[in-house]
Amino acid sequence: MTNNSIEKFQDPGLPEHIHRKADHDEKAAKTAERQVAILFLLSAVGTVLAIGSYIFMPQDVVIFIPIMGDQNAAQLFLGLGIAMATFFLGMGAVHWAKTLMPDTEVVAERHEFRSEESDREDFVATVKEQGGSAGLGRRTLIKRSLGLAGGLAALTPIVMLRDLGPQPKKQLETTSWEAGTRLVTDPGDRPIKPSDLEVGAVAQVLPALKDGEERTLENIGKDAVLLIRLNPSEFNLDSERLSWTHDGIIAFSKICSHMGCAVALYEQQTKHLLCPCHQSTFDVTRAAKVIFGPAARPLPQLAITLDSEGYLVAKQPFTEPVGPSFWERNTK
Amino acid sequence: MKSFARVSKYRRHKFAGPVLVVAALLTIGSAFSIASALPSATKMSSGATTTQIAEGKKIFAAGCSSCHGLNAEGSSIAPALIGVGAASVDFQVGTGRMPMADMSQQAERKPPKYNAEETAALAAYVASLAPGPSAVDGANLNYERDGNTAQGGELFRTNCAMCHNFAAQGGALSQGKYAPTLMGVQPKYMYEAMITGPQSMPIFSDKTITPAEKLSIIKWIKAAQNEPSLGGATTGRVGPVTEGLLAWLLGLGSLIGVAVWLAAKAR
Amino acid sequence: MSQKERIIGGVANYVDERTGAAKWLNKNLKKVFPDHWSFMLGEVALYSFIILLLSGTFLTFWFDPSQRDVIYNGSYMPLQHVQMSAAYASTLHISFDVRGGLLMRQIHHWAALLFMASIIAHLLRVFFTGAFRKPREANWLIGVGLVTLGIVEGFLGYSLPDDLLSGTGIRIAEAILQAIPVVGSYIAFFAFGGAFPGHVFIPRIYTVHVLLLPGAFLALITIHLMLVWYQKHTQYPGPGRTEKNVVGYPLMPVYMAKAGGFFGIVFGVTAFLGAVASINPIWLYGPYTPGQISAGSQPDFYMGWLDGLVRMSPPIETHAFGHTISWNILIPGLIVPGILFTGMALYPFIESYISGDKREHHLLDRPRNVPNRTALGVMSLTFIMVVLINGGNDLIATHFHMSINQIMWMSRIGVFILPPLSFVITKRICLSLQRADRDLVLHGRETGRLVMLPHGEFVEVHEPISAEKAWTLTSHEQPKAIPHVSEDANGVAKPKSLVNKLRSRMSTANAEQRPAATATEAKELEGGHH
Repeated sequence: MTNNSIEKFQDPGLPEHIHRKADHDEKAAKTAERQVAILFLLSAVGTVLAIGSYIFMPQDVVIFIPIMGDQNAAQLFLGLGIAMATFFLGMGAVHWAKTLMPDTEVVAERHEFRSEESDREDFVATVKEQGGSAGLGRRTLIKRSLGLAGGLAALTPIVMLRDLGPQPKKQLETTSWEAGTRLVTDPGDRPIKPSDLEVGAVAQVLPALKDGEERTLENIGKDAVLLIRLNPSEFNLDSERLSWTHDGIIAFSKICSHMGCAVALYEQQTKHLLCPCHQSTFDVTRAAKVIFGPAARPLPQLAITLDSEGYLVAKQPFTEPVGPSFWERNTK
Repeated sequence: MKSFARVSKYRRHKFAGPVLVVAALLTIGSAFSIASALPSATKMSSGATTTQIAEGKKIFAAGCSSCHGLNAEGSSIAPALIGVGAASVDFQVGTGRMPMADMSQQAERKPPKYNAEETAALAAYVASLAPGPSAVDGANLNYERDGNTAQGGELFRTNCAMCHNFAAQGGALSQGKYAPTLMGVQPKYMYEAMITGPQSMPIFSDKTITPAEKLSIIKWIKAAQNEPSLGGATTGRVGPVTEGLLAWLLGLGSLIGVAVWLAAKAR
Repeated sequence: MSQKERIIGGVANYVDERTGAAKWLNKNLKKVFPDHWSFMLGEVALYSFIILLLSGTFLTFWFDPSQRDVIYNGSYMPLQHVQMSAAYASTLHISFDVRGGLLMRQIHHWAALLFMASIIAHLLRVFFTGAFRKPREANWLIGVGLVTLGIVEGFLGYSLPDDLLSGTGIRIAEAILQAIPVVGSYIAFFAFGGAFPGHVFIPRIYTVHVLLLPGAFLALITIHLMLVWYQKHTQYPGPGRTEKNVVGYPLMPVYMAKAGGFFGIVFGVTAFLGAVASINPIWLYGPYTPGQISAGSQPDFYMGWLDGLVRMSPPIETHAFGHTISWNILIPGLIVPGILFTGMALYPFIESYISGDKREHHLLDRPRNVPNRTALGVMSLTFIMVVLINGGNDLIATHFHMSINQIMWMSRIGVFILPPLSFVITKRICLSLQRADRDLVLHGRETGRLVMLPHGEFVEVHEPISAEKAWTLTSHEQPKAIPHVSEDANGVAKPKSLVNKLRSRMSTANAEQRPAATATEAKELEGGHH
């Protein structure tokens, strides 16, 4: 090639329209019409199945379907009926469009969005003249007082949301556990003696209710405790934490220090607690120290001892807030 | 009036007192044993014969001692079996977990190697070494009669679901261990597992979960197992992960397939 | 005129005399819509939304959004006399004592999953084909808003029954609120009306779920569709298709029938799933109490990636001056999603800045012709997939006999290594595909027929491709890099030089292409062909 111009491929334009069978063959068109009709009829059958099943099928009939197993017949047929009714109605409409409606491609022009220059100028002029006639730019007193009124008005709806809830105050930091509170089984509310637990046993535990008190989910969400019995020789605790145990029995808050799920999964052989939400793993022998996963703090330990009748009781309240962290939490 | 006269005659008999006391004792004693037999699982008769124990010792030496030691004292790769009781043996051997095929993280349920007789012999031998929980007689676990399904569900969700999943389908523990599915497990093995705490499972003492409560748990698990899947085929009863997979693959997949057909030119 | 024509004419006249509708109806009934299956993903989302409205309204007639305690007394025996919230009890009532109730619950939930899945698929299609470019940036922003609101709406929706699984999810959401520095505990207490779980959260999210968010959706979807209508839909490049036209089928009758029919099909598939596939069996989860948890607790998939992010987070918390900041919650729960969604929203503007392209675009890109964008999209997808899979690590561990600890470490490392790797691989694949296109245009299609030449050489016969195909493969634009000029004509250093240098570098990378074949090159080769 001697000249330097590079010639690109040209747009050959819309391809030749290919006619469908139904376009030129009356028999094919009739066949397509029949197919569409069958699809619509299937839809009608579906509706009859749905309404019939709703009215006539008893709600407790169980039938066996291969692969699916035992199924509730009323629910299955109502659902299949509705599915058939809608699905085949749609299929019929689509098949009708595909085979019988015109399928010649149509070309439409796009118009430029940008307005004509004259329209733009007119718009600017209108805003300047008529908008400007409000005088907002000139009249600073109006501008400033409007700003004040508008700004203040926006505050009222925000302020009116104040009663959505109480201030947290100390609620995140206190639980129902006090010195002398008995540990009772969950469920069942039975007090526990050390002899009730073998080495390797766990118990789900809640604080005993005071007279006339009801236990709420809010209480459970902070009070739930897991009681575990190990061989005392397996502990790896400092003397203070050891004094919080009783003869190999140790108690931890069940509310995960990460995001508050119930950490109740105890692996007897490894002495690890696993939280199923995000897999934080805690070592019971080392006061629930975190050994894997996203939790940043060990589970708070509840100091336990025996009362005069030999039942397990809390020695003192938790020494730190239980559950997930928050800004005001200042114990490590 | 004649019957009253006869009773009245014997009322002053010199043996009337002692007879009455014995009768009362018998009545109270029978009532008590009936009442305590109701909720508590009847344990297998501890009348293990010496031949059974000797038989068990032979089987133990052949199939178990290589890991558990000749006197069941344990070794670096297997725990001691002294004090684990007949219940542990019945569970581990009966579910095929023991003998353990490969020394991986966890003993798996598999077809048991020993038949019922051999298992009972092994259990008798291990039970003879030191006292431990007795094996449970499945025939006497009348959970249908004595259990409460709704209470069992509450107990299950508080004590079991965190490892075994809400529908007892099983769940992951750390380092490759797992809590197995409870579907198709015999009730007596469920009971024995609760009282012996096999491998990673802790022990659920009879005081913290009473025998009646244990029966309720078993009843709930069986009810969940036998419940037809309401609402259609299950997606495994493991939650939204499989549901999401189905929505993408079957739901969106089939709709994309329809869309391709819809936009294609008809012949 | 027949009787029918008279009646229709009468109605049309009545309406037109009051609204002047004849003119714009005439114009719009003839409006042309391009036809491609990938344009129907948004339709699946739209129709799923309608199904959600219909099935959801049905459910509201029986659902009781209250957390007051009740004792269950319905027909599901395993929960007899169990204490639970009215919300949970009413959901059980719908499932077992209302005919069609369970079916409607399931259709509603499957429709929600399909809604989110199709929105994401639609988003990917729009991204990879460049349909977000001018003049459609606003529609892209609305779309990002819709997907974000959809995630929230779905989460609130499946939390309404107050079952053990969704209650756990709310507990985790509360922990995220509580972890916000300074105001977290206040926000949490205000949202929950006190300590968790409280008695007001379910009624409040009910208002959000059935009133506020559906209203927002209706408004946003309406604007979204109006923009598509007014700006006209984009189309794939091909013969006869230009930046200045739309090639397709008219609204009446073809598009009405196909789109209307597709609505029926989407409804049918959703109803089929609702009939044969059990979803969210809340009666097995039991009512929510903070003392219980199930192994294998996950949110629905559109939140599963957040769960995976939280699981893999390192255990970092800072304690200083009596205050705690939980980075292990804030980073995966708020900061990373914030960066992702902000980046996604700003992408059209970022791309036009890098490429310097400020023109209108109505022809779509074939993904291979924009290797940088395609690679970036695949990289983002890879990140989401690694994180999503980690969200299900405990189920994967039980199913495939792996360890959750192993999977967690694989995810922690993979999330840093796999995305850049996927970027490089994808870009190279795009460039290879461009070269393959070039070869196809210049050398024709390989027919598989072998011919022996007189001098003994075997050659494969190549068939030249059609003019239409040649046009489709070569009509795309080749972006040019923005040159970096550090000094102006007088040797004075230009301001913002570093930013411009960066921009120039990025635009150079963006412009990496295999050149499209030209007719000139084809003619030159013709001489050497047989």
